Amino acid sequence: MQYISNTDNDKKVMLEAIGVSSFEDLVAKVPKSLRNFELRLPKGKSELELLSEMVEIGRENINFHDYASYLGAGNYDHFVPTVVNALAHRGEFITSYTPYQGEASQGTLQSIYEFQSLICELTAMDYSNASMYDGASGLAEAALLALRSTGRKKIVVPVTIHPEYRTVVKTYTSCLDVEIVEIPMAADGVLDFEILKKSIDENTAAVLVQHPNFFGLLEDVRAIGEEAHKAGALFIACVNPISLGILEPPGEYGADIAVGEGQPLGNPTAFGGPHFGFFTVKEDFLRKMPGRIAGMTVDKVGRRSFVLTLQAREQHIRREKATSNICTNHSLCALKGAIYLSLLGKEGLKKLALLNLKNAHQTYDALLKLKGVREFSRRPFFNEFVLHLEKDAGNLKASLEANKILGPLALNAFYPKQAGAYLFAVTENRTPSDQQRLLEAISAS
Amino acid sequence: MSTPLALNRITDLLMNDSKAKVLSKNETRSRTPLIFERHSRNHAEWLPALEGHEETYLKSIPQDFLRKKEANLPSVSELEVVRHFTGLSQKNFSVDVNFYPLGSCTMKYNPKCLDAIASLSSFSLIHPYQEESLAQGALKILFEMQEYLSEITGMDEFTLQPAAGAHGELCGLLIAGAYHRARGSKKTKVLIPDSAHGTNPATAALCGYEVVTVKSNAKGLVDFDDLKSKLDSGVACLMMTNPNTLGLFEEDILEIAKAVHAVDGLVYYDGANMNALLGICRPGDMGFDIVHMNLHKTFAVPHGSGGPGSGPVGVKKHLIPFLPSPRVLKQKEKFLFEKQAPQSIGKLRSFYGNFGAIIRSYAYIKALGKEGLRAVSENAIINANYLRVRLKKMYDVPYDGICMHEFVMAATRQKKKGVRALDIAKRLLDYGVHAPTVYFPLIVEEAMMVEPTETESKETLDEFVQILEKIEKEIEQDPAIVLEAPHTTPVGRMDEVLAARQPNLRFKNS
Ligand SMILES: Cc1ncc(COP(=O)(O)O)c(C=O)c1O
Repeated sequence: MQYISNTDNDKKVMLEAIGVSSFEDLVAKVPKSLRNFELRLPKGKSELELLSEMVEIGRENINFHDYASYLGAGNYDHFVPTVVNALAHRGEFITSYTPYQGEASQGTLQSIYEFQSLICELTAMDYSNASMYDGASGLAEAALLALRSTGRKKIVVPVTIHPEYRTVVKTYTSCLDVEIVEIPMAADGVLDFEILKKSIDENTAAVLVQHPNFFGLLEDVRAIGEEAHKAGALFIACVNPISLGILEPPGEYGADIAVGEGQPLGNPTAFGGPHFGFFTVKEDFLRKMPGRIAGMTVDKVGRRSFVLTLQAREQHIRREKATSNICTNHSLCALKGAIYLSLLGKEGLKKLALLNLKNAHQTYDALLKLKGVREFSRRPFFNEFVLHLEKDAGNLKASLEANKILGPLALNAFYPKQAGAYLFAVTENRTPSDQQRLLEAISAS
Repeated sequence: MSTPLALNRITDLLMNDSKAKVLSKNETRSRTPLIFERHSRNHAEWLPALEGHEETYLKSIPQDFLRKKEANLPSVSELEVVRHFTGLSQKNFSVDVNFYPLGSCTMKYNPKCLDAIASLSSFSLIHPYQEESLAQGALKILFEMQEYLSEITGMDEFTLQPAAGAHGELCGLLIAGAYHRARGSKKTKVLIPDSAHGTNPATAALCGYEVVTVKSNAKGLVDFDDLKSKLDSGVACLMMTNPNTLGLFEEDILEIAKAVHAVDGLVYYDGANMNALLGICRPGDMGFDIVHMNLHKTFAVPHGSGGPGSGPVGVKKHLIPFLPSPRVLKQKEKFLFEKQAPQSIGKLRSFYGNFGAIIRSYAYIKALGKEGLRAVSENAIINANYLRVRLKKMYDVPYDGICMHEFVMAATRQKKKGVRALDIAKRLLDYGVHAPTVYFPLIVEEAMMVEPTETESKETLDEFVQILEKIEKEIEQDPAIVLEAPHTTPVGRMDEVLAARQPNLRFKNS
């Protein structure tokens, strides 16, 4: 199948107008030695054949309509109202690009301004950019901002942060002269505060925290932030946006930078991407932020309008002096986030958070009553928690599958010492009958 | 200010003063209130009702950790949300509505069936941590995509992890760094042509390298002599775009690659312009060690108002151990994630990549097949050259000659008459055409970079020429209309200085 408008005759006419006799004349500059190959790829397909083949491939995936998902760890099975995609998938949003021509992109620019506003309200931070690729790369960019801003060389990273996020921070800084100091976990699943205190010094650029942490537990954020600030380091919080319906937002507990994964806000999990990262700062760091920012201004006759602004931070203007190399971002995913938050509203946000809290706690309580299920921590949690399951891993897996349950996540994949510990996420989408099946699956294994 | 029943047109008539209306020839597009300025009592109920006892679970969380002040989100009905964002969408130019010859961005038509495929629940409602055995379809797509891209580019292995071109560049330079470190060589510099995209130097700096700029020669190609004079054992990498950002094929590429390899440097391919080369030649055969693709340019991932895209990175054999982890492997007809990669640079983001974008490109490659892919580049090149030849009567083309999929013309003649590339760009909007990329690459004064793409018809290109001819007449007869453009868009030229001096970056309820 091809999507080319010109006919063979059009091409002939065009080649004549160009003044060449064949297409080959147009690529004569390409050395002959490079032209000797043929692509080993299958023949093209019609749309009809393509769709049926893709549907077939899709049958090899179990999806959330087939099985009830208790998987989380950064991506969650939240409900996405129909309106989100109906609007975000409009051709005018999906087939436009970065709003460099502001007059022809007021829709995108105003929606970015609204996105920034919504995210600031959610996090209680001063400013937000237009989006990062995801939560993990956003966290790494936050660490880079702290390094630039303080001129220091050390980043403090507790192991209670998502292991993949920690790896991303390490990878982003792997060519730089930066020391990453890992803080171990205390017995109750949060970071070891005593070791943290000892690890922060005058060379610490930032202390990173995930809250709730990878195990779903609330970290003692206020105290951690105070320790960071005492040493003149920045305090960077990585937060779950839905939790902010009930949890104190990072702007209120002293975060200098707050980032997070935006997937829970109206984006499907899609095997891990694309989603978006949100990136927010306190006033002092506005001009050091990575990525695009939209601002309100007026046009030449005074009409309210929106424009990309503070671009002197960006790669297309500053090249090697830019605050980040990001160009294409995750605008459409952020738009979904803005539509989602608009649909949710004040009351909706709190309600959604409460539904998650309730579902997770009911499931937790019910699981703990089962034989062979042991507590991991007594720390408070939001919609994710860890439990020890004294079960044979193979039997457990088989039983979960037989009962059409996805998850929970075995922690030993990331924490070898935590064999037998499992991470459960319970969203508003989980029903009492899902919970029943989960309990049966675990009891039976 | 609140505009409760805001039908856009009514608001427009209320809000705009008469002066604005004289200038605004098209009054159907207008001010949309902010979502925060809309009010309705009934907010949409798409969540199940609370049962009343939920708040008791809050007791499990100490007061100190709870939110005290509600987030000030809007409170609006579903219809209002629909009307709001539909209204906003109508203020955008887009490929679905407009010719969009934005150079370097490959704004081609993105087949609608790809959206439908990516939206299937079997691809959108799957979790990155579900068991491999329950995600064989997704793993198959990732694995085969690694293979397809390796074949198309002539590389040995691919990672699909990077989220965009710039992210791919970061991946590539981190791989280069790890490779040199593993060999014990100390490399501090990255060479970048003066015509390169801003992300190239920004990425090099992000990785702690010194950026050394290589000049372009009179033909608009990398100046080989200048390059040679800057090559020494401290060079980690040369980053190149081919065809380069002038749309010209770098004819000396084989010698250039050889020279960089001779000082133990690597050659990096910025694949933003791959739409010119499908089935015609391959960066892997040119001597490149690392390449990135922009799936949102070449492989029909829609640009989404700025993203998401996808920036897979391919490498030659010697660099495979350094690729981000995990890659997808195939063993005995089963697909699985690589479990160990001791020399890997690690990860650039969570999970495996922008699967929802990758699947579109995967289906696109399947739909086109090898003949279709080659037809893409053939038509992209024909369309660009046709426009170049037709427009060079009107515009200077500083590095003229046969181009690949795009070309850069200069509004230098027009500038002498007092009209700049920016003005012409704005005037094009009045005619319903998105502007070309302007003022890039930096080495061309008054640059206008035109990339028609393969999906546009000769009729559209002819119309584009006619529009530019009309603008040319306006420049002669009524330059004010060009200098004051655009007139028909929802707003006119904006006060960017005000925006930067007094940043208003969010709504605040006062
Ligand atoms: C030549 C070139 N290189 C690199 C990039 C960066 O790609 P991305 O925007 O996907 O990060 C672009 C496009 O924006 C480009 O045109």
